[in-house]
Amino acid sequence: MNHLGFKIDKVKIGSFDFTCCEGCQLQLANKESTLPAFLGLLDIRNFREISSERHDDYDIALVEGSITRSDEVERLKAIRAQAKVLIAFGTCACFGGVNNLKNKIPQDEAVKVVYGDKKVETMPSMKISDIVSVDLMIPGCPVSKAEVERIVVGVVTRSPNNLPKYPVCVDCKQKLNTCLFDLGEVCLGPVTKAGCDAVCPTGKTPCLGCRGPSDDMNFPSFIQIVKEKNLSLDEMQEKLAFYNGFADYLDHES
Amino acid sequence: MIYKVISKTEFSKFIDALVKHNNAYGPQKVDTGTGGKPIYQFMPVKSADEIDFDYSVTHSSAKHFFLPFRDDLSRFTFEDGNWEQEVRYEAPPLILIGLRPCDISAINMLDEVMLHGPYPSPYYLARRKNTFIIGMDHLPLPDCFCKSMNRHTVNHGFNLFCSDIGDKYYLSINSSKAYSFLKEFMIEEPSYEDNCLLIERRKTIKHSFETNIEVTGLPVFLDIEFDSPIWQKWGDKCLSCGSCAMVCPTCYCYSVEERFDVDLKGSSRQNHLYSCNLLDFAQVAGGHNFRPRNGDRLKYRYYHHYRGFAANDNQQICVGCNRCGRACLADINPKDVINDLRLERESCMICVSPSPDRT
Repeated sequence: MNHLGFKIDKVKIGSFDFTCCEGCQLQLANKESTLPAFLGLLDIRNFREISSERHDDYDIALVEGSITRSDEVERLKAIRAQAKVLIAFGTCACFGGVNNLKNKIPQDEAVKVVYGDKKVETMPSMKISDIVSVDLMIPGCPVSKAEVERIVVGVVTRSPNNLPKYPVCVDCKQKLNTCLFDLGEVCLGPVTKAGCDAVCPTGKTPCLGCRGPSDDMNFPSFIQIVKEKNLSLDEMQEKLAFYNGFADYLDHES
Repeated sequence: MIYKVISKTEFSKFIDALVKHNNAYGPQKVDTGTGGKPIYQFMPVKSADEIDFDYSVTHSSAKHFFLPFRDDLSRFTFEDGNWEQEVRYEAPPLILIGLRPCDISAINMLDEVMLHGPYPSPYYLARRKNTFIIGMDHLPLPDCFCKSMNRHTVNHGFNLFCSDIGDKYYLSINSSKAYSFLKEFMIEEPSYEDNCLLIERRKTIKHSFETNIEVTGLPVFLDIEFDSPIWQKWGDKCLSCGSCAMVCPTCYCYSVEERFDVDLKGSSRQNHLYSCNLLDFAQVAGGHNFRPRNGDRLKYRYYHHYRGFAANDNQQICVGCNRCGRACLADINPKDVINDLRLERESCMICVSPSPDRT
């Protein structure tokens, strides 16, 4: 490919799923209007949602899901060894995601609830960066295809692109949404990284922080606001713990 | 200006006719907040019934009709190693109904910034010229302080302004377009009584303000208080979420982004309304951030509104609508921040030195 005199190389990409719903990978096969153009930027070496071909010569690895078994650790290390750039893809990969809820109870109890008496190997859920180094995080439950497109286009054209540093409130206000705090709800929008277009608050569902904390967010003030508005601190804690994106903050507070 | 009166029922017919086949926005109740408080926004309307004429104030301002939150400045197309730029200034006609005097004043200030500076914005001009504005007066909310800013009345910047005088609206008609529309409806010359009612209405509004801010001499005061610990005190509360700037009728700061199309055959240059409270507002190439502390960022927002413009253009750019205060979860509002600054200095007991005697 040639773009304004610059040679454009397709991105040799592999996409791999660990413990997750594969919803983030599936997002990549969505948004049909730009799908052919999007796939045109990629040289897909390994991506079971899109192609049955399997090659191991990828440069960029998209890693989806959290790590909950010992064999997953080995597989992940092998991917890290091959990939020039490893991207933690989606909330589970970035923070542990919903899977981390099971870390709050004894593991054999968790197995019993889900699988009954069947023996299943499992261990506490970990995010990708607990095991290997991560070059870029694309959070979201699921990821936003539009954001992934921007990032891939940025990689291909070697132009800068960053996730927003500011919180969800910016996008939410731009949608003219009613603030969910004004409706008596605890919403994590003021402390969560934007980029989702405030899709949950726009649907009148409070933000659960799937994209993790916004840069330099003001946690003490946020707690104070929840208290002053006589909203439930327990509910706030529960929401902050939901995707495990705020683990660093919760540990300090409790 | 031409003055007429119109009955409220006839006014309804006028609005109906106006909005039926036009792109029109008016105040509408969109939610009920905790405590039963109605929440209003400017929403698309197709008939007078859909408009809450007796609304209090919209949560967000009317700014985004002139400065969209995200706007394509130009489109680029790439072909055969070359590129073409396409710039469009066209704006479809728009009718805005129910703007308060402070809202219209805010647009007049944006006119100063966007049209009367060294680089007038053709994007803004197109929208401004093609927008028909109907203003309406209202009794202030307890936290409105537009009277302190002298923005509780407005005498230009609209096509038509309606003052509520009971069963009728007292109309100030400020454009030939508005007059030629209104001629088709039953409008009358204001009677002696109508004039009295208008004066009464204005007096009532003027005397209904509960919140006042002392802004006289504020620019100098702010200069002196540059290093005040008050800024970080309020900054510690600030979530750096930009809500204040988004709902503000005069905050116009923006960032510019280039976005490629996914097929790499084109791209767009977009401006995106930003806020000086956001973490990376003052971050420059190389990563240095001139204002990493939220207290500094908050300070500069106040400086822009109450100092910079007052010093350079003889007017503060705040209209006193207190939308920022209402939108702020941390309850940061101009009244409290400015009073806090003034109190700190005026109640200072350390450096009391008498003024020189009169000679």
